[in-house]
Amino acid sequence: MVNAGEMNGSGNLMDFLDEPFPDVGTYEDFHTIDWLREKSRDTDRHRKITSKSKESIWEFIKSLLDAWSGWVVMLLIGLLAGTLAGVIDLAVDWMTDLKEGVCLSAFWYSHEQCCWTSNETTFDDRDKCPQWQKWSELLVNQSEGASAYILNYFLYIMWALCFAFLAVSLVRVFAPYACGSGIPEIKTILSGFIIRGYLGKWTLLIKTVTLVLVVSSGLSLGKEGPLVHVACCCGNFFSSLFSKYSKNEGKRREVLSAAAAAGVSVAFGAPIGGVLFSLEEVSYYFPLKTLWRSFFAALVAAFTLRSINPFGNSRLVLFYVEYHTPWYMAELFPFILLGVFGGLWGTLFIRCNIAWCRRRKTTRLGKYPVLEVIAITAITAIIAYPNPYTRRSTSELISELFNDCGALESSQLCDYINDPNMTRPVDDIPDRPAGPGVYTAMWQLALALVFKIVITIFTFGMKIPSGLFIPSMAVGAMAGRMVGIGVEQLAYHHHDWIIFRNWCRPGADCVTPGLYAMVGAAACLGGVTRMTVSLVVIMFELTGGLEYIVPLMAAAVTSKWVADAFGKEGIYEAHIHLNGYPFLDVKDEFTHRTLATDVMRPRRGEAPLSVLTQDSMTVEDVETLIKETDYNGFPVVVSKDSERLIGFAQRRELILAIKNARQRQDGVVSNSIVYFTEDPPELPPNSPHPLKLRRILNLSPFTVTDHTPMETVVDIFRKLGLRQCLVTRSGRLLGIITKKDVLRHMAQMANQDPESIMFN
Amino acid sequence: MAGGGGGRLWLWWLLAALAALGAQAKNSEDVRCKCICPPYKDHSGHIYNKNVSQKDCDCLHVVEPMPVPGPDVEAYCLRCECKYEERSSVTIKVTIIIYLSILGLLLLYMVYLTLVEPILKRRLFGHSQLIQSDEDIGDHQPFANAHDVLARSRSRANVLNKVEYAQQRWKLQVQEQRKSVFDRHVVLS
Repeated sequence: MVNAGEMNGSGNLMDFLDEPFPDVGTYEDFHTIDWLREKSRDTDRHRKITSKSKESIWEFIKSLLDAWSGWVVMLLIGLLAGTLAGVIDLAVDWMTDLKEGVCLSAFWYSHEQCCWTSNETTFDDRDKCPQWQKWSELLVNQSEGASAYILNYFLYIMWALCFAFLAVSLVRVFAPYACGSGIPEIKTILSGFIIRGYLGKWTLLIKTVTLVLVVSSGLSLGKEGPLVHVACCCGNFFSSLFSKYSKNEGKRREVLSAAAAAGVSVAFGAPIGGVLFSLEEVSYYFPLKTLWRSFFAALVAAFTLRSINPFGNSRLVLFYVEYHTPWYMAELFPFILLGVFGGLWGTLFIRCNIAWCRRRKTTRLGKYPVLEVIAITAITAIIAYPNPYTRRSTSELISELFNDCGALESSQLCDYINDPNMTRPVDDIPDRPAGPGVYTAMWQLALALVFKIVITIFTFGMKIPSGLFIPSMAVGAMAGRMVGIGVEQLAYHHHDWIIFRNWCRPGADCVTPGLYAMVGAAACLGGVTRMTVSLVVIMFELTGGLEYIVPLMAAAVTSKWVADAFGKEGIYEAHIHLNGYPFLDVKDEFTHRTLATDVMRPRRGEAPLSVLTQDSMTVEDVETLIKETDYNGFPVVVSKDSERLIGFAQRRELILAIKNARQRQDGVVSNSIVYFTEDPPELPPNSPHPLKLRRILNLSPFTVTDHTPMETVVDIFRKLGLRQCLVTRSGRLLGIITKKDVLRHMAQMANQDPESIMFN
Repeated sequence: MAGGGGGRLWLWWLLAALAALGAQAKNSEDVRCKCICPPYKDHSGHIYNKNVSQKDCDCLHVVEPMPVPGPDVEAYCLRCECKYEERSSVTIKVTIIIYLSILGLLLLYMVYLTLVEPILKRRLFGHSQLIQSDEDIGDHQPFANAHDVLARSRSRANVLNKVEYAQQRWKLQVQEQRKSVFDRHVVLS
């Protein structure tokens, strides 16, 4: 594929339309990069720039620009990620309300925005205003009654189906990589895997547009995981503008780690939590330089989102709470119970979801993605509408559950029996007995909890962008709030029991059910994703209160312990295993006592290793070898008798070099001898022209001896990011261990199916 | 890189439009102080909205006419909760309209690709060409003819042909992605 831009001199502007020339430094799709080579290429580039910078002022300025390009990329990523998150939030706000009604004065306003300027809201009906009308009011001019309810119900379902169908069609036609959460694939990409197009521009556009559609359709999913994918797409886009990052896959992954931090930062309004999430969950190698740059990107993104101000009150997240009521030591017991619940739910969710996704992968269910999405949306909409807690969007539900009840609330959850003579300020309302509304709310919440637990299992993993954070937090918040109300009523009615006597006097504000909801949300999220530090930091950045760190930590630690007792993997690692990605987890410990000989190929009884010799193979022999096998590389030895190792040659580079040589160099024919030595010997005059391939040879391949314990080998693979490692004994080449072999061996040792590792 | 130029332009335009929003003048209706006062003695609860600045956002400035007589004002105001809120109606309007226009364009393009283009191609090239490559039998997905058009369009190198060539390459890529995600379930379960 010759570069057409060279032939057609006038096409400079149109060069981006041409196919990129596959040169020697690029990698094939679905292959792993060579971290060491990328690092040495970057060091070479840096050294060249530094040495040239002493020559002239212009070169010096270029070296400064090169040093600053990293910060420029971070700034641009933060700006674009914040902007896209703001657009998504505003559009979701509007489209969610579109299912129920429309604003007549200005159709682009959501319910709350429509009634913003109205003076006709009353205390009891603070949501109603004449400018915003439900669909039944608009179509048949009735707002109450059975026919109005049925018409609203029907239109709700229709809108939900319409949004979901549009979303899955757009994904299917334009960008199939835009489905799912994105975090398992990004984890794999950051560990060195190449998936071309996964972080492309069309994926970015479609993921943003369809994310709004699916969140508005009322499905039980969130937008945090997809926002990480969107931010990484932005990172990929901006890093392709600078050659420092576009030509070096290792440096590009540093930018992607920072972009992931910016993504979480705008999703939760938690910059520090975002950096820690990127460090703990998403990134593979995280040098200190990336830490500072990630923080910068996360801050810029959070600042951009705040200036767009999607929620109208300078807050970044819909459920930012700010109360400061203290908690008591005796409450640690229900918090730990919530932690246990979170761990159990996490285990249940992971097992069921993986089983369902496996069924989708292997049976006929996977052949009907569009039908599946429509069916799940229909079921969700039909069951969600009657229950007021599931009818509204999940973020609003969590916001209501997190908030403490003041004297001004009109929701059923806060229908406490108020003392009319009470004159306390709003933040210090003492515990009150529950009115009938609270009991109704409790069983509605219980039904909503069961529904959400079941439906999220089927929703996560469909062929639409779907995140997991918000549904897990909703499940935890509902459970926590119910426990909190229970403890509160117990404390009110039995304040003379020994457990309450010390800290809960009658007339004091002892128990805050909103805090229990927060702790429950943290427990469930930790149980499913197995996050530790980042979870606690995100939760306390969400609440703005440092005094709740201990309850959050207690719940997070308990849920992680309980969940780890049943299975070591979080949801993202489980999906990585399900898809067979070549991800060598840094968290796994390898404690078996196998040696390198047990894992290396060829095993006893297999064909011997395919090697190249340094000066005795012809071009035809090499081409035959390449055609007959599908190995990614071949070791080069001195000769077939003494198998002493010279180096390692990659398959792709051999193919390209031979093809180049046949086209460009004179005299290279099938009988030409291939030389990997430094100086090919003098040849008689009428022998064919030799082909010198020393420059594509890697002269320093990693070798271990056959008695090296596999523990060390796995450590080397992890720490250096190797793709293959050669095994020698007394200097002679015995075999090769590739990353796939290591992963299969680890799977075998853990009694899993070693054939599930699919990629190299 | 196919379709890259178009995608890049969209993003820059979106960025520019939204950056310009930051410099918009504030609509005077976009700030308010909202005081919610719960029921007190025999007065029912009420919500008061007023267009004041942040330092004047408290019960005494916003609640008027005051429903309770002089000595009770302090007790009444202590139970009221006043919040200062501002929003940018221009941002909301521009964002929603931009989003709807992008969604509309994507839908039109999708309808064109899935319905209109195969009909046009069938009319232009006839039935025989479609049955040729056996990959297309049973392949009712969009971009099914990308291979053919790709092979045909390498002759001239002017702008329009380059655009079509890039578009066909993009369609091939998407088809490959669709095969791995939807058909073989290799990536993304």
